[in-house]
Amino acid sequence: MRRPALVATARRLLAQLRHDPRTIALILLVPLLLLGLLKLLLADDEPTFQRVGAPLLGIFPLTVMFLVTSVTMLRERTGGTLERLMTLPLSRSDLVAGYALAFALLAAVQALVASAFAIGVLGLDVQGSSAALIAIAILNAVLGMAFGLGLSSLATTEFQAVQFMPAFILPQFLLCGLLVPREQMAGALDALAGVLPMTYAYEALADVAAGDGAAAATAAAVTLGFCVLGLTLGALTLRRRTG
Amino acid sequence: MSGEAAIRVRGLRVVRGGRRVLGGLDLEVAAGTVTGLIGPSGSGKTTLMRALVGVQVVAGGEVTVLGAPAGAPALREQVAYVTQSGSVYPDLTAEENVRYLARILRAGDGEVERVLALVDLLDHADRPVAKLSGGQRRRVALAGALLGRPRLLVLDEPTVGLDPLLRRDLWGLFTRLRDAGATLLVSTHVLDEAARCDAVLLLREGRLLGATTAEGLRRDTGTDDLDEAFVRLIEREQGRP
Ligand SMILES: Nc1ncnc2c1ncn2[C@@H]1O[C@H](COP(=O)(O)OP(=O)(O)OP(=O)(O)O)[C@@H](O)[C@H]1O
Ligand SMILES: [Mg+2]
Repeated sequence: MRRPALVATARRLLAQLRHDPRTIALILLVPLLLLGLLKLLLADDEPTFQRVGAPLLGIFPLTVMFLVTSVTMLRERTGGTLERLMTLPLSRSDLVAGYALAFALLAAVQALVASAFAIGVLGLDVQGSSAALIAIAILNAVLGMAFGLGLSSLATTEFQAVQFMPAFILPQFLLCGLLVPREQMAGALDALAGVLPMTYAYEALADVAAGDGAAAATAAAVTLGFCVLGLTLGALTLRRRTG
Repeated sequence: MSGEAAIRVRGLRVVRGGRRVLGGLDLEVAAGTVTGLIGPSGSGKTTLMRALVGVQVVAGGEVTVLGAPAGAPALREQVAYVTQSGSVYPDLTAEENVRYLARILRAGDGEVERVLALVDLLDHADRPVAKLSGGQRRRVALAGALLGRPRLLVLDEPTVGLDPLLRRDLWGLFTRLRDAGATLLVSTHVLDEAARCDAVLLLREGRLLGATTAEGLRRDTGTDDLDEAFVRLIEREQGRP
């Protein structure tokens, strides 16, 4: 790899995670707990479990990575380490791509564990390819990461960063089509849903679960576009010089 | 000032939080010197250093470092900066902190050990920085600045919280780095340390009160005690109408 600073940044972030086994355990186990709870809750309504199970496999990583990334980047900003990095031969895109690489790896593990549990233990039925489902779940995580990175520049304290979760993730969760299908939404809400990233992340997962590979690929491509947009935004909002 | 300038600042103006922090600062730091930067808290030492390493938004003026505009990409391999807060990752070990910077600077793995030895931290290399003492933490930050033999070191209060023995060792190290050709700008509140500098810059309310040596400062103020000399200088300045 010709970008040593990028790889170094990813390795540093993974080393930081290694020193925090409790966070890793939470990231890996909480989705299992929630999926298990959902299965129990819907014990008498298997069709609903089958409908929401697969999308949630992506939405959990999206939410978790959004939080983890925005807090990590904010710490970097407030702890002074970002200031030091900005004096070193490390490009802003190295830093952002390093974050993407490290957290995508973590997301991959999370998606694998959660999918294996959902499919193997809870009996989630995936019509399409399981590999595609996992890939899209990872893509969801990268999307959450990208927006966490982008939005973290708007927060000045960890408290604010955490508040971005209900402010940015919850509305998208309500509108993405999981709770109410988009066809049943009022026109304005449907239009709004059409420009929100999570809508496509949801659709890609739902389509793959339903075995509609072509539709899933289209939605995944849009999701990928949002990822690139978010990461670019993240790199652009990083400033070498600050007040 | 003899020799060529490693740092040349002309008319530097910086506004922070709506307040003018540096108001048209002019100064030079000669290459191959250890230059001290002293001044009361809030006088703008950190702000000046941030401008020198290219992370401070400036309102005007010219800052030239090693012949290039401050913050130029080519300088990022040659200028090392230790912030006042240290800027280390508390959750990483001392070694991991230094290794990360070494990888960015493409310095070999031997470099990590070399700089940890220079700051006498080899014994604590495997401990998370959060579990180190304040002085050990500062030395982790300092170790990072020694990687890859930079031509200019900008050190913001590098010896705060260190015992006298360590301070003496580190100042010995600074002198050796200078003898090897590097330039060092070191801010400090300890005037004993200023006495070990080849030149001293006195900053007050964002203006240069004077560029002198510890010896000149003593002569100027008629006292041997550098702390007292500093107080007299400030009082003299305030006494002016
Ligand atoms: N992030 C900031 N935003 C706004 N103003 C700031 C900020 N940091 C410092 N200042 C102001 O800029 C002025 C100079 O601060 P600076 O940190 O450069 O002083 P200093 O000489 O390094 O002080 P000390 O010896 O206490 O470290 C102070 O008045 C301070 O209040
Ligand atoms: Mg300071």
